[in-house]
Amino acid sequence: MWRSFKVAAWLGWQITSNWTDPLMFAIYSIIRPISHAAILVVMYGVITGGNFSNPLFAYIYLGNAFYTYVFTVMNGVSWAVIDDREHYRTLKYMYVAPIRIPVYLLGRGVAGFLTASLSVLITIVAGVLFLHVSFDPLQANWPLFFLSLFIGVVMLALMGLLLAAVSLLVVRHSGFLAEGVSGVLFLFSGAIYPLEVLPKWLQPVGFAIPITYWLELMRRSLVGNVAQAFPTLAHFGNLQLLGILVGLTIVFGVVSVYVFRLCDKRAREGGLIDRTTNY
Amino acid sequence: MSEHPGILPREVSPKGDEGESRPKMVKNTGWRLFWQSVLARSYPRIIGQQRDISWMFFEVIMPMGAVIGYVLVYKALQAPQEYIGFVVIGGAMTAFWMNVLWSMSTQLYWEKEQGNLSLYIIAPNSMTSILLGMALGGMVATILRAAVIILLGSWMFGVQYVVVSPFELFAVFCLSMVALYGMGMMFASAFLLFGREAWALSDMVQEPVNLVTGFYFPVKSLPFWVAAIASAIPLTLGLDAMRQLAFPSGFKMGFLSTKVEILILVGLSVFFLVGAKWLLGYTEKLAIREGRLTEARR
Repeated sequence: MWRSFKVAAWLGWQITSNWTDPLMFAIYSIIRPISHAAILVVMYGVITGGNFSNPLFAYIYLGNAFYTYVFTVMNGVSWAVIDDREHYRTLKYMYVAPIRIPVYLLGRGVAGFLTASLSVLITIVAGVLFLHVSFDPLQANWPLFFLSLFIGVVMLALMGLLLAAVSLLVVRHSGFLAEGVSGVLFLFSGAIYPLEVLPKWLQPVGFAIPITYWLELMRRSLVGNVAQAFPTLAHFGNLQLLGILVGLTIVFGVVSVYVFRLCDKRAREGGLIDRTTNY
Repeated sequence: MSEHPGILPREVSPKGDEGESRPKMVKNTGWRLFWQSVLARSYPRIIGQQRDISWMFFEVIMPMGAVIGYVLVYKALQAPQEYIGFVVIGGAMTAFWMNVLWSMSTQLYWEKEQGNLSLYIIAPNSMTSILLGMALGGMVATILRAAVIILLGSWMFGVQYVVVSPFELFAVFCLSMVALYGMGMMFASAFLLFGREAWALSDMVQEPVNLVTGFYFPVKSLPFWVAAIASAIPLTLGLDAMRQLAFPSGFKMGFLSTKVEILILVGLSVFFLVGAKWLLGYTEKLAIREGRLTEARR
């Protein structure tokens, strides 16, 4: 199982990166998240007259930076189905090989995690150096940061597995699944604005999503009091947030595994594993 | 067929050698073939959309998601109401940019991957007509999506428009489209030479262009030289002029006067269309010489 995961991770990395030289790949990996962050920075700067010391800026900036993981990890896992089935036409060979397909797909998501980590790191460093994001490495709660990051990435990979399961059955739009789902979650998870901005009847959706709690933990671990300045989740302690995150991750994990088994069975029965739709 | 007798091939039914009646197609040449190819290539873009309505969901809902997200950021920042309108118009124009990037620029690369490109080259039509057909079909199909985004966004967030000069607004929109799709045709030619990196390059430029063209804020907010260089992308000035013409306080946030922006858009339209024609001829020759038309580097 470990060997399948390791080889899948290596394969994913090769597919992701070997189309160009390392410098070009590094630029490719960071330019999108940096540009996205810059859009928010300009929007914020225009309206506030450049008041980047306001806690809302740190909230928006860090939430947006860490949200990079959401699309990249989920897409890394789920896109492997489309890539292997439609593009390389090797998914059926993966099914024939003595490997566990979910483990293989999760391994394919590792490349996404690595590129996202690079983008997040550069985005945050740029924020600290040029935009006065109030981050002090000595004050940061590093154990909480790494623990939250680990749980969050596992949670996102399992959500990616859920999308991969659906991709096995969906014909044409499977390529848009991760983008669409991460786009919707972006609106409800309070990544770039506090949940209070949403209409009251939509706020419960945000509270049901594990990403909401994960982003809050990531912000708290790095900038502590700044993140707690917003009332949305202020009444929860760090341990409580961790508990909720772990609980929701387990729920999503169980659902993902169950749905994957179901979709996998249907895909085999329907002869969909080697289907190509030219999309 | 009878609706377009000048462009589409005419069907006649002469008697064969043995007296049986069989259909015969008269082949068009010259400009008739050119426009026939344009119509033929735009046909699947427009009709395909009607046949598969689910595309609408992904191509309207996803840009709407970005619009809603940015509107809520402005609401969190308690921004003036016209910024909400700026985001809605920017979101609608994003649909055109996405269409040009993914369905124009990279299209010949996809066609190559699927094996259609060599058929285009073999067929007795010009590649310019194929690109023009792709552009026209894509533009018509995207207008519908953009209209839905504007209507939905304006309704959801109560955006109000005050159009001083509808003619000027229409002219700016048309010029922006001609210049933008001309740019798409030019990029499509360049992408003929790319392999697997075509997808990555498109992905790479998508977000920086969203930034420098000012889809979600007035481009005047950027440093002057950044905005000036970004003006080479037709949507930058097109969007800026449209905002000035559609909102009462828009002119205060305009980068240049609308008259100057219209003149620059005319220049960009000519440049990109001529450039596309020239580059297509050049890259087609290069691709044939280097044997890249049928390769599929996976």
